[in-house]
Amino acid sequence: MTYFRVDCATFVSHHMKFETLEIFDIQKIRSDFPILKREVNGKPLIYLDNGATTQKPKQVIDAISNYYSDMNSNVHRGVHYLSQISTDAFEVTRRKLQEFIHAAHEHEIILTKGTTESINMVASCYGRAFIDEGDEIIISAMEHHSNIVPWQMLCDEKGCVLKVIPMNDRGELDIEAYKNLFSERTKIASFTYVSNALGTVNPVREMIAIAHGHGVPVLIDGAQAVQHMAIDVQDLDADFFVFSGHKMYGPTGVGVLYGKEKLLNAMPPYQGGGDMIKDVTFAKTTYNDLPFKFEAGTPNIEAGICLTAAIDYIQGIGLEHIKAYEDELLSYATQALSKVEGIRFIGTAIHKSSVISFVVDGTHPYDIGVILDKLGIAVRTGHHCAQPVMERFGIPGTVRVSLAMYNTKEEVDALVAGVERAVRMLR
Amino acid sequence: MTINEIQDELIDDFSFYEDWMEKYEYIIQLGKEVPLIKEEYKTDEYIIKGCQSKVWLYPEMKDGKVYFTADSDAIITKGLVSLMVKVLSGHKPEEIAGAELYFVDKIGLKEHLSPTRANGLLSMIKQMKLYALALKARA
Repeated sequence: MTYFRVDCATFVSHHMKFETLEIFDIQKIRSDFPILKREVNGKPLIYLDNGATTQKPKQVIDAISNYYSDMNSNVHRGVHYLSQISTDAFEVTRRKLQEFIHAAHEHEIILTKGTTESINMVASCYGRAFIDEGDEIIISAMEHHSNIVPWQMLCDEKGCVLKVIPMNDRGELDIEAYKNLFSERTKIASFTYVSNALGTVNPVREMIAIAHGHGVPVLIDGAQAVQHMAIDVQDLDADFFVFSGHKMYGPTGVGVLYGKEKLLNAMPPYQGGGDMIKDVTFAKTTYNDLPFKFEAGTPNIEAGICLTAAIDYIQGIGLEHIKAYEDELLSYATQALSKVEGIRFIGTAIHKSSVISFVVDGTHPYDIGVILDKLGIAVRTGHHCAQPVMERFGIPGTVRVSLAMYNTKEEVDALVAGVERAVRMLR
Repeated sequence: MTINEIQDELIDDFSFYEDWMEKYEYIIQLGKEVPLIKEEYKTDEYIIKGCQSKVWLYPEMKDGKVYFTADSDAIITKGLVSLMVKVLSGHKPEEIAGAELYFVDKIGLKEHLSPTRANGLLSMIKQMKLYALALKARA
């Protein structure tokens, strides 16, 4: 089976033709997602809000139903049959996640509630152990609030300092400025792989190498990356890598914190409770080994187990094919939208993935979003939990289109027609 | 006219529009007719929190009745606030505070009542009622 590597650098200005579109059976994929058949406001649903959450294939939906009808039982705790099969299934997910991001060890995969919890976990636990008054934390100007606020809270508590990597007008990080942010007090750097507001793909491997040159570990927010491109945490040499199940066609309420074993071992636990302990007495309690040290209480068992179905689904198609298809679609959509009079793209980095954010002169993004909704088109409007980004570009918010593997050129055409109609009504 | 009489009149007006597009065009038109807030009151103090767009609302008491002026940077939101001002402005504070706003659902704008972060309509209603009570207390 042949496939094509796409050079992101050229997609914006070139309209590339791929044989991928013949290998990648879009109609078959769409037929796997039951919700895509439904109507909204009397029109066929055109779902372009995948950055907020993705839809689920029936394989995942069936897995959830089957979990409750065949195997529901608490994990890691029982001796009976159901508890054994559900524990095994839960740990299968952990192994699959390890392979999915090419982690060295299964126990480096901590299952959490999602990206936000994962980042909070690192800020809290790594922060408690290693960060003190006057220390410095580097984040970027394009972060989602979940990768800003936990660090701010740590700084308020400990008296450490937040340093922010600036970006240019295209929405690309200023790497020279980044290099100059490091000092002997820098303790951690945390930034996104793909920006949820701008679609910018950051040169994370290069940025991690720079940080390591200063002995600084790096957390990468992969929430908007894992569903669009293959991830290899060892190749990136990421110290922490976080993402959510529901953004990769999986259930809500489960996510991943990947951490290098030696870092996770050095960190104190996050929450106390069952499963994360070895022995408990009122005199003293000892903690469990990885990964359980960081998994207190009953996890979201159903979501954890059924995430396997999402991983299998993605791997059945192949991330290389998904990426090639989505890059082509992004290029098509960007070109088509560029014809709307008065449109301004926010986020025009050379390397982009899946997201198009825009404003149209003389209109407010909210108004466009409301009218698109009436046409059955789901986009997101506003600041996208990235208020600093909006402030940087001097706008109240954007209309954000975020693509996934089941979107089509026809849907993009309908989007463009919808935006034009909205603009006519509003100007 | 009482608050409920105004609501009924609006329901009647909107019943002419079957099509959502015509409804929104009418709302946009109403937005252009909103009694505009004075520029000097377009400050953080008079912003309604809970809207994705900026909405300013200024209340005044005259002869025992509360009057509102407003503005928004989003056209549809301006239309919605205009609707609210049309219904609630020029009445006694206790009438405003106790008003049951059934017209929103009846004219087909129920989705604007859902408490997602984007939705300012609930915030507008709440703020207008709070202003009415505050002005009454001050009087």
